[in-house]
Amino acid sequence: MKKSIIGKKIGMTQIFDENGKVIPVTVVEAGPCVVMQKKTEDKDGYNAIKVGFDDIREKLVTKPVKGQFTKADLKLKRYVRELRLDDISGYEVGAEIKADVFAAGDKIDVTGISKGKGYQGTIKRWHAHRGPETHGSKSHRVVGSQGSSSYPARTFKNKRMPGHMGNKKSTVLNLEVVRVDADRNLILIKGGIPGPRKGLVMIRDSVKA
Amino acid sequence: MDIIKSIESEQLKSDIPEFRPGDTVKVHVKIKEGQRERIQIFEGIVIKRQNGGLRETFTVRRIAYGVGVERTFPVHSPMIAKIEVVRKGKVRRAKLYYLRGKIGKQATKVKELIQ
Repeated sequence: MKKSIIGKKIGMTQIFDENGKVIPVTVVEAGPCVVMQKKTEDKDGYNAIKVGFDDIREKLVTKPVKGQFTKADLKLKRYVRELRLDDISGYEVGAEIKADVFAAGDKIDVTGISKGKGYQGTIKRWHAHRGPETHGSKSHRVVGSQGSSSYPARTFKNKRMPGHMGNKKSTVLNLEVVRVDADRNLILIKGGIPGPRKGLVMIRDSVKA
Repeated sequence: MDIIKSIESEQLKSDIPEFRPGDTVKVHVKIKEGQRERIQIFEGIVIKRQNGGLRETFTVRRIAYGVGVERTFPVHSPMIAKIEVVRKGKVRRAKLYYLRGKIGKQATKVKELIQ
């Protein structure tokens, strides 16, 4: 990972490109993230920077978390995350990472927590087919077969069944940065990204690029 | 939501004339051919306007060489140089889909609005 930033999903809209084409975009308020600590190979076994994002009141921070900020004499932040970068030499404690680390045209991956869907059946959760609604059928939205009978005499692991759907870490690969507004810390990403509005998202340069 | 609104309002055009379904308009469309840019005029009857804000679109119908042609444009598209209202029409519908079934002279006929 060469560069990365933490952001907040604002919502979706559309913009016109230079050819007049309409592009669907997700607006992300990315950064400013403040570097809280540098983790090095010698000391911690791996290279990373610990960053904080989104200012909050003092009342909302517990003592142990507060200590991490006061140690480096920084403002309190809501989210603290580690970014495992290949090269951390360019970052100093207290430095800010802003949206302009990315430029228009970059390919990125976006990670977030998907919207929770609750307890869902196999049709919504796994795209299973429905049974007949009529002609005496009673198997409208049921799971159907869970496997063979006396052999193997058990249901295989990972058999697709009903259960909780969503509210799970999810990454969308190879998205395009359409526009970067450094003044307002905004990144406009082509297409959708996981999570609700105001949800935390991690943006990194794409593994596929 | 304010950020979304501000991004959208930056792209809104302010010089759009008032026009409604039933009006005959000339749409000046910018066409890019490599480096050169020229303007083509598409004239016809507005048969609908839908959505709102930045997402608003309108559809223009004309009969070209005996074939009905409909083009839908985003109202705020940068590819539209100008919209010219040629004739105001008097219609009692918001969507003039009935024109699609009409043949001959009736297909292009919408009563003129007299102020």
